[in-house]
Amino acid sequence: MRIGLFIPCYIDAFIPEVGIATLELLERFGHEVVYPRDQTCCGQPMANSGFNAECADTEALFVRNFSGFDYIVAPSGSCVHHVRDNFDAIEQTTKVKEVRARAYELVEFLHDIQKVDAFPWARFPHRVGLHNSCGTLRALKHARPSELHEPFFSKPMDLLSKVDGIEFVTPARPDECCGFGGTFSVFEEVVSTKMGYDKVSDHARAGAEYIVSADSSCLMHQKGCAERIGVPIKFIHIAQILNGAVA
Amino acid sequence: MSPHPEPSTGAMLHPELQAQDNTDAIFRNGRRLDHAEGTSKPLRSRPEPQPRGAKVHGNRPIDQAEAAARFIAAPEHEKMHDERLWDLRQKRDREMHGIPEWEELRSLASAIKEHTLTRLDEYLNQFEAKARANGMHVHWARDAAEHNSIVHGILGDHGAKSLIKSKSMLTEECGFRHYMASVGIEVIETDLGERIQQLDHEDPSHVVVPAVHKLRTDVAEVFAKTIGTDPANSDVHYLAEAQREATRPLILTADAGMTGANFAVAETGTFVVCTNEGNADLSANVPKLHIASIGIEKIIPRLEHLAVFVRLLSRSALGSPITQYTSHFRGPRAGGEMHVVLVDNGRSERLGMAEFWTSLKCIRCGACMNTCPVYRRSGGLSYGATYSGPIGLIIDPTFNARKYSNLPFASTLNGSCTNVCPVKINIHEQIYAWRRALVEQHEVPLTKKVAMKAAGELLSRPAAYRAAIAAADVALAHLPRFVIYNGLDAWGKHREVPHPPKQTFHSWHQANRGGKQ
Repeated sequence: MRIGLFIPCYIDAFIPEVGIATLELLERFGHEVVYPRDQTCCGQPMANSGFNAECADTEALFVRNFSGFDYIVAPSGSCVHHVRDNFDAIEQTTKVKEVRARAYELVEFLHDIQKVDAFPWARFPHRVGLHNSCGTLRALKHARPSELHEPFFSKPMDLLSKVDGIEFVTPARPDECCGFGGTFSVFEEVVSTKMGYDKVSDHARAGAEYIVSADSSCLMHQKGCAERIGVPIKFIHIAQILNGAVA
Repeated sequence: MSPHPEPSTGAMLHPELQAQDNTDAIFRNGRRLDHAEGTSKPLRSRPEPQPRGAKVHGNRPIDQAEAAARFIAAPEHEKMHDERLWDLRQKRDREMHGIPEWEELRSLASAIKEHTLTRLDEYLNQFEAKARANGMHVHWARDAAEHNSIVHGILGDHGAKSLIKSKSMLTEECGFRHYMASVGIEVIETDLGERIQQLDHEDPSHVVVPAVHKLRTDVAEVFAKTIGTDPANSDVHYLAEAQREATRPLILTADAGMTGANFAVAETGTFVVCTNEGNADLSANVPKLHIASIGIEKIIPRLEHLAVFVRLLSRSALGSPITQYTSHFRGPRAGGEMHVVLVDNGRSERLGMAEFWTSLKCIRCGACMNTCPVYRRSGGLSYGATYSGPIGLIIDPTFNARKYSNLPFASTLNGSCTNVCPVKINIHEQIYAWRRALVEQHEVPLTKKVAMKAAGELLSRPAAYRAAIAAADVALAHLPRFVIYNGLDAWGKHREVPHPPKQTFHSWHQANRGGKQ
């Protein structure tokens, strides 16, 4: 199938290795993966701050870039959440609706569409703490959030469990928000960083060598927090592990 | 099979707070003897000056972030507050897991509330007629001022000079204590936490546990100044007992009693008050005059609906199966009078707000506050409003959009509040909607608007965007525009900035995939 690769702005600029891992991983499954070169962002930073009208042109550009693909895949839950659930600054034409419906976050795509049953190239003999970002957990429903009385499931854990050698640790508060929150991270930076300190300390205390997540934005924030307070823990995107990253 | 990593119950973020259990507080069966409301693991903290809440300057927007930063700068308070409330959240989870039909109950509670709110006039009229038939006096108050003057009038009719009351968020909304002080009537709060707050001249910081932001040493300090306890003794049993000794005589001699209500039942014309300390029953039953202030959204149609809410309320609030007292008030007792004041105070207006009317479903359990990671680290007084935490973010702006314009931004939009809400209010979606509404009403600072407009323009023009990224060799200049406009140091003040890579994904793709489109 023909996939439009959506690389969010901050991954493009700061963590290109996540984009590369995503691209290579999708190619391993034989897909034609196209990276529309005029892409910028989905509009979430403005929308998240209440400035919906200011997203209109960015959303229109997004639709121009990503129309006509079988699927649009991004290694970022919150961006996909925006496209799928809040992308309404522009007129909802058939084309717009089609783009919104075809947008998938990488874990969802691998788990629900590709239905991957093995990652034979991947081996990660490390103790990891899984960080479900709030966008993937409660908006995209990657896993059962701890607040709900529903049977346990976790798509990222299902995928990671197929990686040889991986071992999970359990923090005291597995699905507490890490405090990134988009523009919250700068507008309420003290609370944001305190939440980040608590998050990385919780994982470190549980024995994690790595925090793994489907959202690099959370990881970027957590990494900054861990470095500041001197918590020796590493950060890795799920795409990198599934693509066979060697630590 | 995938692993199911669930933390052990009672897992803590700050295990260093765990204290030795007091052996006096252990039953022979090995279980702790818990106070119904304070049922929590023994924790210890070092004394530390109490951080105070938001600075309020008239109608100016409350700076929640500033007050939250001061709360975080008091680590003993912040850690204890966080662990106490998280403990309540964990207890709530345990209770939830004991009820197989929990999610069904939530749906049912939500449906009952939505049904009632869409026929509120009918049910209020029914309640009024039935309550009158039960011998109650029913009053209608359009707003806080009317509420206060109605109550003042009732007290005046009886020559009452002192009033004992149980906890009521509605009377907090109405600024009732301040009003009563201005007309020379003494008000004595009988809820322990609320009494602490009254003696300290502070508002409640939480809808259920109003003094949860205080350490026991803070309480010892307040009581030493006001009721003469030993300032060096911060033993909770000593403090609670001293307060009881000081307050009970006032209860016995008070001229009138006041309660709120958790539910008012239309078909019976009765109302229900749920408490753990029994103080509402004392307030209602000791004096001959009982006044109940009830928000108009507290109506439920039938008595059978109460069962749904009673099962959810205390489990959601404190993680206990039920409150110690669930008292039904059905009419005045012989020789007494019972007055009900039905208060609107902005509720009708809220009911007309397409995106926000379901916030009226709220039963004030505080579960959203207990689970909120921002609230737990900020303290309730940082919101500078009657309602704090997630529910406050969506209710407070309905009272004053300018003053509370910053509050909807005090959230990461993580959505945990929505998931714990027993009446399924889509809290985090309403927070998001409030951000939009406040921008449309021009209640958001100009600097933010300038930054967002600039971001929107840059991100919609690929060439300009690429140029901006390519031209930026310095790490900080790589940061998105909204960071730059907010001041370079907002990201980097308390965390490290990302290390810029050698090339962007865009350039890598050009080099390694030949820019294939």
